[in-house]
Amino acid sequence: MAQIVIKNVRKEFGAFTAVQSSSFTIEDGEFFMLLGPSGCGKTTTLRMIAGLELPTAGEIYIDGEEVSQKPASQRDIAFVFQMFALYPHMNVRKNISYPLVSQGMPRDQVRAKVNEVAEILGISNLLESPVGGLSGGDRQRVALGRAIVRDPACFLMDEPLGALDAEFREFMALELRALHDRMGATTVYVTHDQLEAMQMGDKIVVMNHGVVEQFGKPQDIYDWPATTFVAKFIGSPAMNLLDFDGMVGNGSRSVTMSEASFDIPEMISGANGTLTLGVRPEHVRLDDAAPFRGRIVAAEYLGTTQIVTLDTGHGPVKSRIGSDIVVNIGDLTGLRFDPRSVTVFDAANGKALVSQANQKVLIHG
Amino acid sequence: MAEVELQHVSKSFGPREALQDVSITVPDGAFVVLLGPTGAGKTTMLRMVSGLDKPDRGEVHIGGQSMKGLTPAQRNVAMVFQQYSLYPHLTVRQNMEFPLKSPLLKTPPAEIARKVGEVAEILQISHKLDNKATQLSGGEMQRVSIGRALVRNPSVYLMDEPLSSLDAKLRADLRVELKNIQANLGATFLYVTHDQIEAMTMATHVGVLDHGRLVQFGSPREVYEQPISIYAAGRLGQPHINILPAELFGAAPAGAVSIGLRPEHITQGQGQDCLVKRVEHLGDQTRLHLSYRNSDLITVTEAHTPLKSGDIIKIQPNRPFYFDGAGNRIG
Repeated sequence: MAQIVIKNVRKEFGAFTAVQSSSFTIEDGEFFMLLGPSGCGKTTTLRMIAGLELPTAGEIYIDGEEVSQKPASQRDIAFVFQMFALYPHMNVRKNISYPLVSQGMPRDQVRAKVNEVAEILGISNLLESPVGGLSGGDRQRVALGRAIVRDPACFLMDEPLGALDAEFREFMALELRALHDRMGATTVYVTHDQLEAMQMGDKIVVMNHGVVEQFGKPQDIYDWPATTFVAKFIGSPAMNLLDFDGMVGNGSRSVTMSEASFDIPEMISGANGTLTLGVRPEHVRLDDAAPFRGRIVAAEYLGTTQIVTLDTGHGPVKSRIGSDIVVNIGDLTGLRFDPRSVTVFDAANGKALVSQANQKVLIHG
Repeated sequence: MAEVELQHVSKSFGPREALQDVSITVPDGAFVVLLGPTGAGKTTMLRMVSGLDKPDRGEVHIGGQSMKGLTPAQRNVAMVFQQYSLYPHLTVRQNMEFPLKSPLLKTPPAEIARKVGEVAEILQISHKLDNKATQLSGGEMQRVSIGRALVRNPSVYLMDEPLSSLDAKLRADLRVELKNIQANLGATFLYVTHDQIEAMTMATHVGVLDHGRLVQFGSPREVYEQPISIYAAGRLGQPHINILPAELFGAAPAGAVSIGLRPEHITQGQGQDCLVKRVEHLGDQTRLHLSYRNSDLITVTEAHTPLKSGDIIKIQPNRPFYFDGAGNRIG
């Protein structure tokens, strides 16, 4: 069990800065996601928590103790790299026992502990089997067993499901999360998959180019992105971002684009020049009477819903609507945005402008 | 472009039957996506059409002509594989021009330049045209290999998971682009993927393969809304369809062993009490993991639901599918 505090952590590799200055807190028992594209610094951050890399500057606290310059062996953590890395010549029991035996734990204690872990993972019946003949799922459970058998204060996982095919991945994601809920150990999990992050995480840090873009609960980040990067990275399809020239200030309640007026949440900050209006596809409705026009260029069937792409004077806009609504490619139609869900960004720096709607999320982050 | 037809095609590799008596007609101008897990026979089917493998039994026809004995080159098909294969010593432009420079085609240079420029634009690689192939990232190389197929004008495009190595954003863009290209050219596409989003969004027809057999062939909507079996129902839909004991929610049709409920086909607020075990906020919607009697099921609800784990809600099936003991649909 552990709380992990990252404070102004920076990591340089020669001239390259992998992590600029990260600060966030992982609460005891949380399932915490480090999310971002490749090269964003998420794995480096995880490796610094583990002690596999030492930060160039800043502090890392595990349960109140500053550990940033301590080696991995002196931190009470378990690192799960690639779940399939098992010792092929050993059976399941020996694979799971290994970390305990190498710590010098007495044999009967090891036995009891391994039995308990096998029970949690539902692999008691496989303990004496060779790992060679196991299914992918069982191999993964064994690898997990080896990590949890040590009862570490926290688990660090680097894209553990990355190599699996979609169906199995979904299944293992649920299982990992259920396991966490039973054991309650703090888990820090690196992924580039935004859906995996939303689905499994209690909290998410979104990173880009070594910078923490946003930190918070999945739904808050989805609803109220702090930057256009987060708006584009989270959600599938991404948030629509429409550039326009305009001005907003304290008390503004609407913006004008292509002579059409759009209601927005009441602003409590201002910007002038090129602004970006952000709206999620599910908050875009097609309405022939609406003054803001677009031409339908694609409709993608997704079962209950469909994604309709429209070309507008401000770039393409995607709308998620019911698949029972008939749309014709090539038709010109109007678009309406749900005014409660709109974010306005300052295009100059990509940062969200604070409004009555997003202030709680942005100020917290 | 041309119609592609497989007539009673079977193929074995040693003891393993990769295709068993597959008959399918890919209409001219159709975008057919083959779906199925690893080993279902998807790639083997593509290789039959391309001529890279020969059927043990049955025939392949392209544009009404039997392909028996014809080499891949003689069939005029364009292929894109999962792993890109570019000429490393050539530039992107030269790689893409290559198929057009074939002495058989005699394409005028201005036409070649126009075609390559146009395709590069679509694939977002215009700025890389003069780079060596080896200077590209994996995603860029894959786009070049797609480009090399698109500059041609074959009878049919055969694509084997062409987007699987690309990142999510690019994959979403190229899904729309490939679909547009196909529709604009009126091209015939035979396309293999694991990704059900690609299948749903791009296909005019989906072919569901199970252990070398074609078990359902229809529009994505037909396969989604009228699956013929548990297996076919499980190919499309995210999250996965719930398969539960037939009588879990009361009387079921005679012979039914399982009830299949898509997560969105569960009505909330009326019916049976069940326990919310886990709530996943995915942004645009929320997934609820429910426990009812001895079964677990998943449903979806609005993004900002106040529900939390431990709550009790009422649910009842809406538009259920029923399946018999063999997994075939009976209602």
